Amino acid sequence: MSLDEVKIGGMGASRRRVEDNRFIRGKGNYVDDIVLPGMLHMEILRSPVAHARIKSIDTSAAWDVPGVRLVLTGEMMAARNLAWMPTLSYDTAAVLATDKVRFQGQEVCAVIADDPYIAKDACGKIVVDYEILPPIVNPVQAAAPDAVQIRDDKAGQVGNKIFDWEIGDKARTDKAFQDADVVSKIELHYPRTHPSPMETCGSLADYDRATGKLTVYLTTQAPHIVRAAVAMVAELPEQNIRIVSPDIGGGFGNKVPIYPGYVVAILASILTEKPVKWIEDKTGNLTSTGFGRDVYLKGEMALRKDGKILGVRMNTISDHGAFFADAQPSKFKIGLMHSAFAAYDIPTAHMFATGYYTNKAPGGVAYRCSFRVTEAMFFQERMVQAAADDLGMDQAEFRRVNFVKDEQHPHRTAFGFLTDSGQYEKCLDIGLEAIGYKNFAAEKAEAAKRGRLLGIGISTMTEPLGAGNSREYDILGIKMFDSAELRIHMSGKAILRTGSRGQGTGHETTWAQIVAHELGIPADDILVEEGDTDTAPFGMGTYASRSTPVAGAAIAMVARKVRAKARKLAAHLLEVSEEDIEWELGRFYVRGNQERGVTIQDCAMAAYSNMPDGMEPGLENVAYYDPPNLTWPFACYIAKIEIDPETGVWDVLQFVAVDDCGVRINPMIVEGQIMGGLTEAYAMANMQYQTYDEEGNIIGGNYMDFLLPTAWETPGFELYEVVTPCPHHPIGAKGVGECATVGGPAAFVNAVMDALKDKGVRNIDMPLMPNRVYEALTTGKDVYGMPPVRSGN
Amino acid sequence: MSSLYEEINAPLASDIPIRRVTINVNGEARTANVEPRLLLAHLLRQGFKLTGTHSGCDTTSCGACTVLFDGRPIKSCTMFAVQADGHDVQTVEGLASASELHPLQEGFKQEHALQCGFCTPGMMMAAKALLEENLNPTEDEIRWALSGNLCRCTGYQNIVKAVLWAAEKMRAELN
Repeated sequence: MSLDEVKIGGMGASRRRVEDNRFIRGKGNYVDDIVLPGMLHMEILRSPVAHARIKSIDTSAAWDVPGVRLVLTGEMMAARNLAWMPTLSYDTAAVLATDKVRFQGQEVCAVIADDPYIAKDACGKIVVDYEILPPIVNPVQAAAPDAVQIRDDKAGQVGNKIFDWEIGDKARTDKAFQDADVVSKIELHYPRTHPSPMETCGSLADYDRATGKLTVYLTTQAPHIVRAAVAMVAELPEQNIRIVSPDIGGGFGNKVPIYPGYVVAILASILTEKPVKWIEDKTGNLTSTGFGRDVYLKGEMALRKDGKILGVRMNTISDHGAFFADAQPSKFKIGLMHSAFAAYDIPTAHMFATGYYTNKAPGGVAYRCSFRVTEAMFFQERMVQAAADDLGMDQAEFRRVNFVKDEQHPHRTAFGFLTDSGQYEKCLDIGLEAIGYKNFAAEKAEAAKRGRLLGIGISTMTEPLGAGNSREYDILGIKMFDSAELRIHMSGKAILRTGSRGQGTGHETTWAQIVAHELGIPADDILVEEGDTDTAPFGMGTYASRSTPVAGAAIAMVARKVRAKARKLAAHLLEVSEEDIEWELGRFYVRGNQERGVTIQDCAMAAYSNMPDGMEPGLENVAYYDPPNLTWPFACYIAKIEIDPETGVWDVLQFVAVDDCGVRINPMIVEGQIMGGLTEAYAMANMQYQTYDEEGNIIGGNYMDFLLPTAWETPGFELYEVVTPCPHHPIGAKGVGECATVGGPAAFVNAVMDALKDKGVRNIDMPLMPNRVYEALTTGKDVYGMPPVRSGN
Repeated sequence: MSSLYEEINAPLASDIPIRRVTINVNGEARTANVEPRLLLAHLLRQGFKLTGTHSGCDTTSCGACTVLFDGRPIKSCTMFAVQADGHDVQTVEGLASASELHPLQEGFKQEHALQCGFCTPGMMMAAKALLEENLNPTEDEIRWALSGNLCRCTGYQNIVKAVLWAAEKMRAELN
């Protein structure tokens, strides 16, 4: 009698994606695909230097180029109080530079013209006279007592320090170190990188003076936040602002912040009274929009001889670039860095964090993670391996001894988080079995005969995903809830709208599956719509793996509200009291007589055509969900690698991923997320970084310097699953899209270090390019910091 | 493009020559007046309104703009439209027939070989060129053939599977 949930595309169905139907036909609708009548095109002139005072800007030759409609400078923005804008971290950032340029690639002028070629030509005609200032390209230079002040625009700013911040119990941690048998230390740099979605950022602003309505099509992961910010900055009434986030060609955190190009395009549309399109080029994207990481991490672990961890100290120095524009929703200055060691039962810990301005691109984003969790977990797993090595203990056994046990949940971490569920040892066991851990010593000896070095690297971690709860997480004061609105039409078909915004993450497919699970309406009968602030309920968008934990929960809750009303309609149709009604998937029936029932579709029809006296017609509702806690997925990643000592090249022989993200709504999409994340982890360990030379020139501002792995070098991944439902989530799900990027890099790096263990090498900082591995191998010394920039002479 | 009415927005600088090109796009002759510096990707997207060909990096690195040029995969962001005059160009919009998807399109959906969809048209066109030469490729041959196309979401594993899926279907259709 009851429906087959997988057949109707409910929970657990590897339903093929709805959105694919347009993408495989080339019928996606990305911002650059949208054309409005009379549309103009904008290009941005960027600073060629890292740090300079602007002496003068001459735009007259640009105005003379036929087809140019408008040339905007910082002064013109300033006249409208738009030269600076607030950042998501309560700092300010320049929209178009007025006084100084503070990083290479900074926005200086904008040209609006009939086509993008003309706009680019005219940018080339603008003459800017710069007085060069000394550039600061790392925190050590920034902290120097005689360092030039980058942010001389800010009243009260002293030097280049942004913050000092600490958390944890210092006295108790000091005591733990006094009592330790062994103290293990490690010092790392997590290099600067870029999320680099395939599609760059862009917008199409359309201001209609007749109606006062501003419509902006925009590459954003959080359209409602953009609307709120535009209302604040542009002082337009919120009801007259419509932000549409159409198909997004990848985000990974890069499309959370509000960038100068968006603001300038909006003003240009207001001034020209025409739609203005701005599509950033790849170099613009790589050199000026939200980067990730760039943190120096130092720490130590107090250990007992038997392997028990007694305490941890961490010290972080982060490089934020020219403006403190971290896109993060927490109250903690260094994001969720203190989620480090959450999977381990550690009595006490202390962390000290410092942040600096430099003459580098601003706006650290959570690149495919909750903010700073990637750095935290990388440090954690490198520290754990170093500690196991220092104790002479097996790296798997050391983890086993210190893991939080299943029955210890809910568990308060040393830094104050509350983890609520997990089966860490089970995941580790599955991983070790799959990689053939027992036979590894023999395998390694066999490889040594061939002159090859084998290594195995483990990374196990639980990470906080799905901000937030409203007590601790907000953006510009707006709490980190999310929303869903469900309307059931009279035929029993439905439309669902949410405040989240997918960016290739399959929401149109999985969100319908949650409704199918709750109501028994086939997923194919449910249209999912997101990204238009005129129609979607207010939500905080998609990043930090928060869609399923927060919006996904809101969807389950709104479906339950709808079901509660449908129950009343069923009682009316079946002529019994509501208390005598039972529910099975897709259907209500009379208790004791399962044959006598009505479907959810019958109830939908009745809601419009046959409702009981006094009942409000219709079948729809809205739910806003404020999660009680973050969700805590767990992952165990194990890499087996082989180094060719002649060249330093390392190959991945096998990679095993065991993910516990709670209940899986669509297993196919979950696995797709994990494989994608592991590829970015591999990229990070291997090749994907940005650095700056001493003059502040960016290295990694195009795809010739900024390397992303292709199908050729990317290894295969073996995936395994464990399911520990999230105890507080309505359908037991946890976040998953970011676990692999967060936990993956340490598995690769630990594997290379394991292979080099006998060579006296303790650490090579990412990227582990063959020349760096070769250097470590031949000198027996660690390799620290960024690869040096080789200049032409 | 209708010749009934075309407003000339801005006075063109007299020193910009205009060239007329005729390109066979997806089996249909398309003619346009272009500036010699106009890139093929931009003519396809803005001129011919075939927006399935995406501009990713503008530097021949990412492959999102891959189309078939006389059957060979090329990156249309680094070819001038005038260079395509008199040639055949196939874009993603030409893959499916009116009633049927191309096996690569089916395979990409079936094997979950796409997420954000931005690299997908280029990936499928590069794969099509491979399968036209070799209907029984190995995994390595597929990976090599697609190594000029970057994907940021999927990790390639499922893309390789999708191409294998399509190859199998195309072989079956031949028999």
